[in-house]
Amino acid sequence: MNHDKVEKNIGLMIVLIIIAISFGALVELVPLMFQKQTNEPIEGLKPLPALSLEGRDIYIREGCNVCHSQMIRPFRSETERYGHYSVAGEHVYEHPFLWGSKRTGPDLARVGGRYSDDWHRAHLYNPRHVVPESNMPAFPWLFSNKLNGEKTGAKMRALRAVGVPYTDEDIANAKAEVEGKYEIDAMVAYLQQLGLLLQ
Amino acid sequence: MSTFWSAWIIVLTIIFLVAVSWLLFANRKTSVNAENEAKTGHVYDGIEEYDNPLPAWWLNLFLLTLIFTIGYLILYPGLGNFKGLLGWTSEGRYEQEIKAAEEKYQHIFKAYAEVNIEALAKDAKAMKIGQRLFANSCATCHGSDARGNVGYPNLTDNDWLYGGQPEQILVSITHGRSAVMPAWASVLGSEGLGGMTNYVRSLADGEVDKNSDSAKTYTNMCAACHGLDGKGNIALGAPNLTDDIWLYGGSEAEIMQSLANGRNGKMPAQETILSKEKIHILAAYVFSLSME
Repeated sequence: MNHDKVEKNIGLMIVLIIIAISFGALVELVPLMFQKQTNEPIEGLKPLPALSLEGRDIYIREGCNVCHSQMIRPFRSETERYGHYSVAGEHVYEHPFLWGSKRTGPDLARVGGRYSDDWHRAHLYNPRHVVPESNMPAFPWLFSNKLNGEKTGAKMRALRAVGVPYTDEDIANAKAEVEGKYEIDAMVAYLQQLGLLLQ
Repeated sequence: MSTFWSAWIIVLTIIFLVAVSWLLFANRKTSVNAENEAKTGHVYDGIEEYDNPLPAWWLNLFLLTLIFTIGYLILYPGLGNFKGLLGWTSEGRYEQEIKAAEEKYQHIFKAYAEVNIEALAKDAKAMKIGQRLFANSCATCHGSDARGNVGYPNLTDNDWLYGGQPEQILVSITHGRSAVMPAWASVLGSEGLGGMTNYVRSLADGEVDKNSDSAKTYTNMCAACHGLDGKGNIALGAPNLTDDIWLYGGSEAEIMQSLANGRNGKMPAQETILSKEKIHILAAYVFSLSME
């Protein structure tokens, strides 16, 4: 009966399908965009400094997030090993977030300060040097690739456009802070600040 | 959550549930009456389509999910600010889990915390716990056999950078340690570097030439931390240079590297990561490793 109208009128069908499937997003997603819990940074949260910001981009480039999550779930089995469970307020300056959904390696949400800088360098150069049974790939090129900082300021401006409070001064100094440093320096700087705000 | 968003969620959820139910019942067909009604009337190339009722198992499952949804939304938080009759929260669930674990394990850790470290190191059961803690928190650098690695001290021998007494081990684990060996390349120059490398090696061999230039340089620049006799200083974590244990390798090239560029050994503090009771057991475990 009514099928006829819907099935013979493709425009109407499209509209009805959009209405039907939009309920989930309207109820589950839209309210989150306006919640204090998800939009307000936790105490002490600052935008990433220039070098760490470049480190984060290298982390994404090398696909670290494919094997390492950055999301500690509120279970004892996780908090015993990784520390305090993750909260939304820790991630408000991340675009995109790197929570991940697969752990081939351990979670890195609170890896900051857990190992020394030298350990991270040795480990990234060849994980087997410090953890003989590791199956993580080696990243030796991080030690020879240099950063020029040409785009660091532009990245900060882009992040500022979506709400990360970088100051003009941060952006102006970005290039100088990054230029000439090796990628490994950026990577270690990024890793060492992860998750320090909650213990 | 503000009242607006709470109402938004509640109203949309209810509208959706009602609409889905209406759609289901409005199109429901329970039986096949007449021959011609059993077909939809669609004909294509002589192929016709039956118009049978929905399979009963499918329809009933749909109804069951609707009933489940209503029960769920009454018991659990789902409708905006309504907290659900059970008062369930993910934090609450987590705290419950932690509390249950504490009740189960706390008395064990408490009992061990009262035993002094030297005695605890002889307790086989406590050391089993210690070994697990070590595997989780320490083995990444010191190795699962605790024999260390280049740059990470062997914990099974009797050579200690910061002291091997129980209290000293406890401090090392709790607060961490930061060693600073400065880089001497620019001060020593390439010739001085070679001389000093030989001098450091001679300290280990026990054939020291006390009148060499390097000996004087050693007294001026190195002795402050490593001691005049080269036996090190546990207050600073300066290694003993007269034994055959080398944290960063004892070959000529490795010693020269240490001298030229310095070393920054760092043991991360565990006080924010592990509880006091667990650090106590770990200290006993580390102490037990070098115990005969």
